[in-house]
Amino acid sequence: MDPINHIVILPILLPLVVGAFMLLFSDRRRSMKIALSVGTTLTLLVVAIALVAIAGTPHGDRWSSLIVYPVGNWPPPFGIVLVADRLSALMLLLTAVLANASLLFALARWHGAGPRFYTLFLFLLAGLNGAFLTGDLFNLFVFFEILLAASYGLVLHGSGTARVKAGLHYIPINLIASSLFLVGVSLIYGVTGTLNMADLGRTVPTLPEDSRVLFEIGAAILGIAFLVKAGMWPLSFWLPTTYAAACAPVAAMFAIMTKVGIYVILRLFLLALGDEAGAVEDFGAEWLYFGGMATIAFGAIGVLAAQSMQRLGGYAVLVSSGTLLAAIGTGNSAVISGALYYLAVSTLTIAAYFLLVELIERGRQAGADVLAVTQEMFGDPEEDIEEEDDEIGVAIPATIAVLGGAFVACTALLSGLPPLSGFIAKFAMLSALINEAGTIPARHWALVILLMVSGLAMLIAMTRTGIRTLWVPDEIAIPRVRAIEAIPIGLLLLLCVAMTVMGGPTMRYMEATAQVLYWPAIYANDVLGPAAGGPR
Amino acid sequence: MEIILAIGIGVFAASGVWLLLRPRTYQVIIGLSLISYAVNLFIFSMGRVKLHAPPVLQPGTAGDPAAMADPVPQALVLTAIVIGFAMTALLLVVLLAARGRTGTDHVDGREAD
Repeated sequence: MDPINHIVILPILLPLVVGAFMLLFSDRRRSMKIALSVGTTLTLLVVAIALVAIAGTPHGDRWSSLIVYPVGNWPPPFGIVLVADRLSALMLLLTAVLANASLLFALARWHGAGPRFYTLFLFLLAGLNGAFLTGDLFNLFVFFEILLAASYGLVLHGSGTARVKAGLHYIPINLIASSLFLVGVSLIYGVTGTLNMADLGRTVPTLPEDSRVLFEIGAAILGIAFLVKAGMWPLSFWLPTTYAAACAPVAAMFAIMTKVGIYVILRLFLLALGDEAGAVEDFGAEWLYFGGMATIAFGAIGVLAAQSMQRLGGYAVLVSSGTLLAAIGTGNSAVISGALYYLAVSTLTIAAYFLLVELIERGRQAGADVLAVTQEMFGDPEEDIEEEDDEIGVAIPATIAVLGGAFVACTALLSGLPPLSGFIAKFAMLSALINEAGTIPARHWALVILLMVSGLAMLIAMTRTGIRTLWVPDEIAIPRVRAIEAIPIGLLLLLCVAMTVMGGPTMRYMEATAQVLYWPAIYANDVLGPAAGGPR
Repeated sequence: MEIILAIGIGVFAASGVWLLLRPRTYQVIIGLSLISYAVNLFIFSMGRVKLHAPPVLQPGTAGDPAAMADPVPQALVLTAIVIGFAMTALLLVVLLAARGRTGTDHVDGREAD
């Protein structure tokens, strides 16, 4: 095995080891812990970029090379394998980017709000990276539990009644989903006799008639478990409350957690139920399609009805999940490549939005009502505001302008307006939907209209919120923002801008990713070796 | 044998679901425990129910698959038990925190009217 392949295990091992190591020291040794965790996330970013470069390099006559890493050196399908392909590498990169931004943001203020923040944060990263890399169903369960256990701790980070109440719903729902996950996995094992995803893709077409029903039940139960995490309506009522209650850096990190569910559905759906799956081909595609559309509608209504900015963010997560699920349900590789682009853009934007909201809200919490009253009592409001400017504006001038600019960028990205990358993402999906060969089915038109309407709803809600919080003059209290908090938001939004400028290369990467996903036989060959020929 | 196992799983799961839908946090946690018992038994039964069959080979013998129990589900059950136990303990802590913060053991943090 090529020694460079060992970097595949690094994204899992490094945060796990560093996180466990930090448990040995008291939280008072803050500078050491900060140095260690920032070093870890930066290393993860470098590793993720390297993996994207390796997986994206053409290999022989194919678009991508795939790194298979048998842990413990047992040959698959008997041992556990880690597989890094284009999709995994993309998700790892997204996770690493979000981790760096959230951690930097947290270092300004939130890291001291509760015990063991750095360890929990790194364990969350280990779980996420593991879930994206593993090629084994049960191993996937283990990594899911690692990331969920860390997320339970992080939801409660900062304490407070609202967080405990939200945790009381979030934790049992995910525990039940985990039970369903186990039932589904064991049913599939009982029918096919394998837990390796590549082997599953090869075994499923050869299933005899009588055990096919059992396999379908197993796949459906497993699907429900992932859809709970992905937040498909009606399994998503826990999501806005939890995301709104979590503190800002954690909520930003959670933006990728729903995408874990989406990632697994995309991978398993195309691997085990794709075009080569014989009788079970496209099992559940309709559910994904219409469930996704219902989720978009629910999210759009929620966005309009949301009264706080955090809840608006939670519903924006739902809209993004719904769009992705519906796109997977179309089973069209062009739509899916657009959806992958959308996945990257929406994850980065929503994370930036959650961070931004915290800064804006901070200004309002710091006595917005009191200020309004004093201004009314003591004459000219403009004078007062100028005084405020002199007092606070010295540290960072034009704070409001920066925050407002970031808010406008978020609005454009979330609602899919030109010129930013949110528009490219939506345009790619819509044009692929309309350009499908033959007559376009009515349900595609329904999806096109829903996507448009949800964008409009997002625009209305964001504009309204922006006017209410940033424009109405007597509510403004300039928040104290430190540079370390503004930089991560700026970086996340800059990345979205970069994805617009580099739209061509990024889109080509996504297209190749989607096409590779549609050839599960190649994946199986790389993981297991050439097919043995006859049925097992 | 099979019928007893099946009834056992069914009773555990049904009682668990009923308790889960109750309004008190303590009932919820007991319900979750019962469901995890049902799930563990279910995983175990997916390796096919087989009596007096060892899951590991004797040293130096070739071993006949028909005479062996499937070791994979047993390993899976072990993992699932450990993880389920840890998660229940974690939920218990949150539950106590919620009781302390809200002064009620209702799952919504306030009494229904």
